[in-house]
Amino acid sequence: MESRAGTRTKLDAGAASSGLGLPLMALLALAGVLMVAALYLALIWAPTERLQGEVYRIFFFHVPVSWVAYVAFLVTFVGGLAYLRTGRPAWDRVAASSAEVGVVFTTLSLATGSIWGKPIWNTWWGWDPRLTTTLVLWLIYLGYLMIRSYAAESSQGARLAAVVGVMGFVVVPINFFSIRLWRSLHPGPSIGTDVGLQMEPAMGATLMVSLLAVTLLYVLLVIARVRLRALSDAVGEIKARLGVGGIQ
Amino acid sequence: MATLGQAGAIVWKDAVAELRTRDIVLSVAVFAILVIVVFNFAFQPGPQGIGAVAPGAFWVAVIFAGTLGMNRAFVLEKERGTLAGLLLCPLPREAIFAGKMTASFLFMLVVEAAVVPAFGIFLDLPLFLPGLVPILLLATLGFAAVGTLFSAVAASSRSRELMLPVLLLPVLVPVLLSAVGASAAVFAGKPFAEYCTWVQILVGFDVVYVVLSAWVFEYAVQE
Repeated sequence: MESRAGTRTKLDAGAASSGLGLPLMALLALAGVLMVAALYLALIWAPTERLQGEVYRIFFFHVPVSWVAYVAFLVTFVGGLAYLRTGRPAWDRVAASSAEVGVVFTTLSLATGSIWGKPIWNTWWGWDPRLTTTLVLWLIYLGYLMIRSYAAESSQGARLAAVVGVMGFVVVPINFFSIRLWRSLHPGPSIGTDVGLQMEPAMGATLMVSLLAVTLLYVLLVIARVRLRALSDAVGEIKARLGVGGIQ
Repeated sequence: MATLGQAGAIVWKDAVAELRTRDIVLSVAVFAILVIVVFNFAFQPGPQGIGAVAPGAFWVAVIFAGTLGMNRAFVLEKERGTLAGLLLCPLPREAIFAGKMTASFLFMLVVEAAVVPAFGIFLDLPLFLPGLVPILLLATLGFAAVGTLFSAVAASSRSRELMLPVLLLPVLVPVLLSAVGASAAVFAGKPFAEYCTWVQILVGFDVVYVVLSAWVFEYAVQE
């Protein structure tokens, strides 16, 4: 009885200390403001495109979402490497959370791309290098999440997933450079080319705000998932110590 | 040099085990030929369309059959309880990886030696294409490297046989893509200069995959 009460206080203390801190609240508020601003800029303020008309506005979501997917998989790669080297669970939490969010954002990238493709290319999907490699990426990181959940114990799942995350990242640069390497239906890069930004300044500004908002959303989602994982690991530990149920 | 001898011993062990059971090579070769048969039903290419379908059908047959065979590389060891013994051997992990990879590479070559003639006969393509040999060797090397690593990964997870293709096929896409590209050019009788880029991509990915796989292998088999 004594020890059980002691553990409960400890758990309560843990939950209290993991409540949203002030910096995180500020970040959340900033993300909210940026989101609304990005919506306004993208849907109302930015000028209509000459050739595509209003449809092009999905660009302000499609590009940031795809960009975040790359960043997410890069973080999974680095986190996986660090986990393999150090064996510290914190690295695995970051890698796994980033992979989850990355899969969601890749799904969004494929979905927004399809919606954009229908009126412009007159097809939801074309087997073009960019689209194909994005789909392949999506499949690789689904495999990453599957191998995690199919492992007999969580530490083994973390290790095997890290191996998959490191190998799978090989395909990310191919996807990124595919529009430069192959002739593709997908439009070429409009940022970071030799001629600089290939769009109206107003469109560029809108894209930047949108990029910032979506990147911030990614950061917040990963933080939330990492904290959830840390708490769930802590609960698992306490349960194991008390001898209640299985792990997690 | 010692590592090379150790890897050689593992290749020898696998080769002897294979010679006694003929588990892998026989079933995989039969499966590969079955894939070609299924392709024929599915596409009914006819003499004109064969050139367009052939490279894809060939590589799908090789990759699917190879994935089937790859399952045996570590799952068999796991099932027989010999994986622990292998890992307890006083060998560097790189030697184990090199041995297993080389064994899988050789099995695949034997299978391909059977599939290529069968393919040539069934699809009425020229049998002897010297240009195909380096492409086969390079693609099989990349396949064996990633396949060995992911076979070890899949063997440690539940639903082993299911996990391997799910992990392996998407990561192999660059190898498959360049192999299909290069062999399509060979089947069409084009000069090397025209498909040189594909071969370069293939070599590049082989290097990346062999080095990365050998490097992370020790984490895949950690108990």
